[in-house]
Amino acid sequence: MEKRNNWSAWLYLAPLLILMAIFIFYPLVNAFYISILENYQPLANNGAGAASGYTLMNFAVVIKNELFWQAIKNTFVIAFVSVPISIFISLIISVALNSIPKLRSLYQTVFFLPYVTNAIAIGMAFAFLFHEDFGFFNVMLGWIGIDPVEWIGSTSSWWNQMSALLIYTIWGGLAFKILVFTSGLQNIDKQYYDAAKIDSASKWTIFKRITVPLLSPFILYISITSMIGALKAYRTVIGLFGTRLGAQPNSMITIVAFVYEYRSKYYEISHMSYAAAGAIILFFITVVFSLIQGVISRKRVHY
Amino acid sequence: MEIRLQDLTKIFVAKDKSEVRAVDTVNLTIPNGKLIGLLGPSGCGKSTTLYLLAGLLKQTGGTIFFDDDEVSNTPPEKRGIGLVFQNYALYPHMTVRENILFPLQNLKVEKEEAKERTYAMAKLVGLETMLDRKPKELSGGQQQRVAIARALVKTPRVLLLDEPLSNLDARLRLQTREEIKRIQRETRITTVFVTHDQEEAMSISDEIVVMKDGLIQQMGEPQDVYDDPGNLFVAQFLGMPQINVFDAVVKTKKLYINNMLVGKTKLPNGEVIAGIRPEGFIVDKEKKSEFKFEVNLVETIGRDTTLIIDLPGEEENILEKKSFKVIVDSLLRIKSGDLVHFTIKPEKMYIFNEEGERLQ
Repeated sequence: MEKRNNWSAWLYLAPLLILMAIFIFYPLVNAFYISILENYQPLANNGAGAASGYTLMNFAVVIKNELFWQAIKNTFVIAFVSVPISIFISLIISVALNSIPKLRSLYQTVFFLPYVTNAIAIGMAFAFLFHEDFGFFNVMLGWIGIDPVEWIGSTSSWWNQMSALLIYTIWGGLAFKILVFTSGLQNIDKQYYDAAKIDSASKWTIFKRITVPLLSPFILYISITSMIGALKAYRTVIGLFGTRLGAQPNSMITIVAFVYEYRSKYYEISHMSYAAAGAIILFFITVVFSLIQGVISRKRVHY
Repeated sequence: MEIRLQDLTKIFVAKDKSEVRAVDTVNLTIPNGKLIGLLGPSGCGKSTTLYLLAGLLKQTGGTIFFDDDEVSNTPPEKRGIGLVFQNYALYPHMTVRENILFPLQNLKVEKEEAKERTYAMAKLVGLETMLDRKPKELSGGQQQRVAIARALVKTPRVLLLDEPLSNLDARLRLQTREEIKRIQRETRITTVFVTHDQEEAMSISDEIVVMKDGLIQQMGEPQDVYDDPGNLFVAQFLGMPQINVFDAVVKTKKLYINNMLVGKTKLPNGEVIAGIRPEGFIVDKEKKSEFKFEVNLVETIGRDTTLIIDLPGEEENILEKKSFKVIVDSLLRIKSGDLVHFTIKPEKMYIFNEEGERLQ
């Protein structure tokens, strides 16, 4: 092997590396830096910024904030409920799609539409669907004799709001998962299904013991990416509840929304550092969950 | 269990609406406890027939009986069959044990019994020490035996094998062939086995069924079919080297090839096709026979010597040159360029008409 530095390779990589350095590595490192600055004022000294020293108190301020714990709770509920449910539903839909060769491409397109549609627009549509008096969900509940539920009205309970948010989140997340799973399913040799049929496996057994294990690399990929996505939930809350972040102010606040709340008041002393501290905490939460999934996958994923 | 196929037909319709009769009104009875080889060139419908038996394909017409049960419309899981796929289709994420256990779990066999049967089956195929390995940690031959064990563990009524040896190397193929025969003898299970390799089929089958274009050409014990082929296709398909085919003429009860007298016949005058097995030639040392050729090439492999002889005529075009092969005793020390006189063993010569139907 040649050990010499391959300058032309570095040259080809340079545009990407420079862009990544400016837009990914620098902000990341800078966020760490800002999070430990004391009395940070980004606008001082004609925009050069000023701080009086280094401190970990920014993290303490964030952790002591009740809203932060509300955000943690909401975010975790969104992540741990919506991710497994949406993976399960999209698996079922993908398997169903895969068994109807004729209309598959049509339905694939239909299911993929939410992915290319603006989250805010969908949120507005859902806000109407969840309307207490005219919303489709309550109309449907009416058919089976259930009284209208106040999903997102100003006096609705936390669980009702969260349920509405979850339904919207799960639905919005299906498209991409279905796309990945259907293409994954097409990679599975049909012979395994023939063999399983000969081996008297029921449909459910085939799903559980053949399809899911053979799809497990795709499921791992989807569960990691959608877990990260769910931990960063923000658009969905804005889409459904607007900038009040809930039926009651901040009742549906998420970690990203919490970070944004501080960041939007960056001109106040240290608020930018609080936002950075919140973001760093989210970063570590994300890393921890991704690592946990990686460890679990080593036992469960079959390549 | 006896398998009966009545007028079994499978028509595939392509996208352009053209139809292919993959299996065409096949009538066949497979006797209980026998090992049957379904034999034919690619596209002859042998695999389709097997998948119809398995229920993985649905017949266009006709019926299938397992003993007295009609199973034509029974789904595969209810037919009680074991199937070994060409690529084995072992579940890659399961160990050997789990693979063999899988059908038993689906049939809700009691746990202890399932465990015992899995072990017994692994032992039958000689893999009891490999139970905790994954398929990709096994050799091709071992994978193949796992597939057989998985097919047999539920004690099916019929064992179906789809080209079971085609993915193995030559030595393993011989070994596994014996193994299949042994397992079939020990279990006495009615077995249907698909192959395009005539040697394979002849060596392990109790009976062979030769197919072409979805039609059964001939069925019988391998040696009987070889010795008494029903038509030119069967005669050409069985035997290695292939049977030699000559344009021949019958004149006043005598058969001529290239205007040389070959033998007597009772057929009426006319043009016919004569098929002579390579081993059907006897070298006439006294050089009295009229049937003589100059030898072009001599290949000696151990016991046998193969003479390759170009048929005289049409010499201007190398590609159209016809040659034939003769197997003789290597002790004769025939060299290329020698002029050799032959007489023909009458039982090794078959006469067909232009359509390939057997006349004599």
